[in-house]
Amino acid sequence: MTVEVILPKVDMDMSTGVISQWHVKDGDTVKKGQPIFDIETDKAAMEIEAPGDGTIKLADLGGAKDIAIGTVVAVIYGPGEIVKAVGASAVPASAAAATPVARQPAAPIPPPAAPRQGTTDEGIRATPLARRQARQAGLQLGNIIGSGPNGRIVAADVQSSRAAAVKAPSPANETVADAGTRAQFEAGSFTEIPFDGMRRTIAQRLTLSKQTVPHFYLSATCTIDILMAIRQRLNGHAPLNPDKSPAWKLSINDFIIKAMALALQQVPAANVTFADNAILQHHRSDIGVAVAVEGGLFTPVVRAAESKTLSTISREMKELAARARARKLQPAEYQGGCAAISNLGMFGVEQFSAIINPPQATILAVGAAVERFVPVNGQPVLATQVTLTLSCDHRAVDGAVGAALLQSIKRLIEDPALMLA
Amino acid sequence: MSVRELSFAQAIQEALAQAMEVDPRVFLMGEDIGVYGGAFQVTGDLVHRFGEDRVMDTPISELGGAGVAVGAAIAGSRPVYEFQFSDFSTLAMEQIVNQAAKMRYMLGGKVSVPIVFRMPCGSGTGAAAQHSQSLEAWFGHVPGLKVVEPSTPEDAKGLILAAIDDPDPVLVFEHKLLYKIKGNVPEIMYRTPIGKAVVRRNGKDATVVASAIMVHKALEAAEALAKEGIDIEVIDLRSIRPIDGATIIESVKKTTRLACIYEGVKTLGIGAEISAMIAESEAFDYLDAPIMRLGGAETPIPYSPILEKVAVPQVDGITDALRNLVKGGF
Amino acid sequence: MPASPKTTSSIKGPNARPFYAKHNAEQLKEALRRMWLIRRFEEMAEDSYVRGLTHGTMHLSIGQEATAIGVCMDLTDKDYITSTHRGHGHCIGKGAEVRYMFAEFFGKEEGYCRGRGGSMHIADPATGNLGANGIVGGGLPLATGAALAIKQRKTKDVAVCFFGDGANNEGAFHESLNIAGVWKLPVIYVCENNQYGMSVSTARSTAVKDVATRAAGYDMPGVVVDGNSIADVNEAMMAAMERARKGQGPTLIECKTYRTKGHSRSDRNRYRSKDEIEDWKQRDPIPAFEYDLQAHGVMTAAEAKAIRAGVEKEIEEAFAFAQAGTNPTPDSLLRDIYTAGSAA
Repeated sequence: MTVEVILPKVDMDMSTGVISQWHVKDGDTVKKGQPIFDIETDKAAMEIEAPGDGTIKLADLGGAKDIAIGTVVAVIYGPGEIVKAVGASAVPASAAAATPVARQPAAPIPPPAAPRQGTTDEGIRATPLARRQARQAGLQLGNIIGSGPNGRIVAADVQSSRAAAVKAPSPANETVADAGTRAQFEAGSFTEIPFDGMRRTIAQRLTLSKQTVPHFYLSATCTIDILMAIRQRLNGHAPLNPDKSPAWKLSINDFIIKAMALALQQVPAANVTFADNAILQHHRSDIGVAVAVEGGLFTPVVRAAESKTLSTISREMKELAARARARKLQPAEYQGGCAAISNLGMFGVEQFSAIINPPQATILAVGAAVERFVPVNGQPVLATQVTLTLSCDHRAVDGAVGAALLQSIKRLIEDPALMLA
Repeated sequence: MSVRELSFAQAIQEALAQAMEVDPRVFLMGEDIGVYGGAFQVTGDLVHRFGEDRVMDTPISELGGAGVAVGAAIAGSRPVYEFQFSDFSTLAMEQIVNQAAKMRYMLGGKVSVPIVFRMPCGSGTGAAAQHSQSLEAWFGHVPGLKVVEPSTPEDAKGLILAAIDDPDPVLVFEHKLLYKIKGNVPEIMYRTPIGKAVVRRNGKDATVVASAIMVHKALEAAEALAKEGIDIEVIDLRSIRPIDGATIIESVKKTTRLACIYEGVKTLGIGAEISAMIAESEAFDYLDAPIMRLGGAETPIPYSPILEKVAVPQVDGITDALRNLVKGGF
Repeated sequence: MPASPKTTSSIKGPNARPFYAKHNAEQLKEALRRMWLIRRFEEMAEDSYVRGLTHGTMHLSIGQEATAIGVCMDLTDKDYITSTHRGHGHCIGKGAEVRYMFAEFFGKEEGYCRGRGGSMHIADPATGNLGANGIVGGGLPLATGAALAIKQRKTKDVAVCFFGDGANNEGAFHESLNIAGVWKLPVIYVCENNQYGMSVSTARSTAVKDVATRAAGYDMPGVVVDGNSIADVNEAMMAAMERARKGQGPTLIECKTYRTKGHSRSDRNRYRSKDEIEDWKQRDPIPAFEYDLQAHGVMTAAEAKAIRAGVEKEIEEAFAFAQAGTNPTPDSLLRDIYTAGSAA
C-alpha cells in the first residue's frame, strides 16, 4: 500500500513549514512510527513519524524552503510496489482538496469627502452646531469671534454674527483672555478704555485679515515732480465758489486714487475679491481710502473712481472724510470696495505696509513725498519721490499680477498725463 | 388593580413573587436569600411562601452557584440568581461571560439561557472597595448579555419581570442606596421594556443621560438649575445593553448639549460609549458644546465617608458642571 | 489482535458480569461500532487538519473511547451530558451523527452549531448533549444545574458531567460537587483521567493519587475504574445511575485512561516517553472489546469486519457531505447572539 507523507500542520497559525532535517535517505526502508524528518516552526522543531511501512521515496521539492502544509514530501511504497519518481509536480494535497472559501468583499470604503469650500474654516475652534449653522448661513467662521473657552465659536456667536451682517456690527462679548492680560500690569497703572463698536470691528476684521489672508508686499518708489507741477497748475486754475473759496484743491492722494482706479482697469486680474468658491472680478474701480478718526479709522469708498475727474474725486473724498470724522457714514459708504489706499505721508512716514481690508484684495500704502538726489545720467538731480507699498491677497492676486498693478500705478503717477488717455 | 407606594426592594420582591406564582419554572438561588431574607432583605419572607425548593440558599460558592443556575436555565428552568454584592460576580465571571453569554451563539442558536442575575451594586454604604463597585459597563461589553439598571421602584419591578420573561441572560443592577426609596408601583404584573430609556424631565438647554441613583442626583441638580433659568433634560437610561440610542440622539438634537453621569469609573465607562455614539450619530452636527462625562473617580471606592463621597458624582458637583456646560464654560 | 486485559469467563448465567448480563448482542455490537466511529472520526479529523482543510485546533481522545461509550451507551435523549474540549467521543456516544460533526469542523451551516462552535463546542441539545466546552471545568456547574432542573421537574433522568483530570483542580469542580452533594442532585461526574492536564501529570498537579478520593469531601461515592475497559466503566455507570434515580445523589467515577495523541495538534510530547505511549497503545480499548465480543460468541470475525467497513463508509460519506456543505454568509455574523424577537 502506498502512503503519502505530507508536510503536516503542527501549529494553529501555520501555513508553511521548513523541513530542518531528514532522518532517512531516499530509498531507505522505514517503519511506521519511525521519525523521518523534523519540521521547524517559529516555536520549535517537531519530529514527524513515518505514517506507514515500506520504502521511502523523497519528493523533489526543487530546493523549496517554505513548504505549504499538505504538500506531499515523500511517498512510502509497500513491498513490490513500483517506485515512481515523486516530482516537484507533486500537488500539495491541500491545494487539490481544499474547499475554496469565498473571500468576503471588504466593506466599501467611501471616497474621501471633497475638501470643504472656504478652507479658512479649518483650524478654527467651533462647535459642530456652530459650524453647521455658519455653513448654512454662508458665513465664514473666521469672521466670527468665539465667546466660548479658548475662543470657541458656539451657535450663539454665529447667530449674533448673522444679525450683525445685516445690522451694524454689534459689540461682541469680552474675551476670556482679558483677565489674564490685565493681570500683567500693576493695578492703577493704567486707565481702562472700554471697547466701542468700531474698536471691536477693527480688531476683529484686521485680526481675521492678518490671520487668514496670505499677504505679500511690493514696493516701488515714484518720482512725482511732474505730478506736483500738474497739481499746482490745476489748483491754480480752480474756479471760485460763490464764497470765493476755490472749487477744488487737489491733493497728491487724489491723484493716487485716480491712478490706482485706472491701473485696476488696466490690470483687471488685480481688480478682484477672493470669495468662498470663486474669484469675483470687479468691473468698476471702487477705491476705499483710510481716514483716521478719533478712536479709530474708517475706509469710505470712492465708487467708480476710474470714471471720475480728479476734482470730483477730490470733492467726494472731502465729504466722505468729514462725515467719517463725524461718524456719520452710512454702511453703504464704507462697505465693499475693490482696493484701498492708506496714506501716512502727512506723518512723515516714508514707507510702510498696510493690512488688507477684506473683501478687498489689495491696499496701497503711500509714504511721504521726500526730496532726494537721484542719479540722472551720472549726475545727482533733485527729485520728489514717494514710496508706494502694495499689499496683495495672494489667494486672488499673484506676484506678477500685483507687480503689474504697481507698475501701472507708478507709470500713471510719474506721468499723470497718461490718465487722460 | 391598584397602585401603591412600595420601596424599591419591596417592588423587586413583588416581581419575584408574582413571577413564581405564575410560572413554576421560576426559582431563586443565592446566598442567604432564604430565612435570612437576603443581605438587603429583597427576598424577605419569600422562602416561607414558596418553600426552600424555590428559594434556595446556596453555599458561599458563587462560581458553583451561578454556574448551576446557568445549567438549570439551559435545561429548561428559569433561575433568578442573586449575587449578594455584584462585586462577587467576579468569582463567577467564567460562568457568566464564557458560558451564559456565549452558549446560544456557540451552539448555533440551539439553546436559550433564560437566567436573571441580580446585582446589588454601588457605593455610599461605607462597605469600601470590594462591596461598592459599579461593574455594569463590564458586562455591557459582552455580546450575549443584557444589562439593565432601574432607578425607580416601578421600573425595578417592571425590569425584573421583563428580565425573567426574557429568553436570554439578563443582569439587573440594583443600586444599594435605592433599595429604601419609595415610589408608586402598580399591583398588576407589567414589564418595563428592556432596551428603552425614558425621559424623566423635559428640558431644552442640555441633555443628561444617567442611570440608577445618578438619575435622582441629576434630577435634583436640574431642579436647582431651573431656578437659575437653566432647563435640563434628564434621560434615565434603564438599559445599558441594549442601549437606547434613538432617545438620546433625539434629545441631543433638541438641547445641543450632552452630559453623561454615571457612578462607574469614568474611563472606559458607559459615558465613553454614549459620547462616542453621539459623536458618530446625526446628533453630532447639533452639538454646541463638547460632550461632558461625570463618572466615578479612577480609584477603588474608599472607606472614609469623606473620600467615598468625592469618589462618585454628587449633586453639587453635577449642578456646577451642568451650569458650566450650558453657560459655555466647558 | 492483542490479548484482552479484561477477558471474562462468561457472559451468560449467574456468573456473567452485569455489563454482559444487562445488554443484548445488538447493544454490545452498537457500542463497539460507536467506538470504531469515534476512532475513525478522529483519525479523519486529524488527517483533514494536517492537510490544512480545517482550521482552529482539535483535541483527540484516541485511546479513551471505552470511557465515552461505556458512560453514554445507556443514556436516553432526556438525560443530559456536558462534555469537554476533548469531546468528540462523548458526542458520538450520545448519538451525534458524524456528518454534522464534520460539517461543524468545516464551519458549515449544516454543522451542529451551524459553524459557530467548531471542534470545541459541538453540542446537540435536542438529544441532551449540552455541549463540549472550551473552558477546563466549564461544564461542571452546567451539568450540576441541569441535574437541578431534572430534580425540579421530578423526572428520573440524570445529568452526566465529563471532565478531565485537569479540571479536578479548578474551583468549579469543588463548588459543583459540593452543591450536588448538599442538594443530592442526580448528576454523575465522570473524570476521564488521562494522566495529563496538557503537559502536567496528575502526580505533579493533584495532591491525591486518585481524583475519586475527593468524592469523600462531598459525601458521594468515588469509584476508580479502568477507563479502557468498557465493561468496567459501564458497570460503575449503571450503579451511579441507579443511585441518582433513587434520589440518593451524585457519584464521582474516575476512569483511568490515556490519550495516545498529544494534547492538541501543537503538542510535541516532550513531557512523556515514547515507551509510555507505546505501553498504553498496547492497551487499546477497541481491539480489547472486539476480542471479548468474539471470544464470547457475541460477534463473529466477519461481523467485526463488517462493522469496521460500515464505519469506514459512514466516515467517507460524512466527510463528503461536510465538504459539500454551505458556508455561512457574512451577513449572518450577528445571528443567534440573542433570541430573535427579544430585546436586543
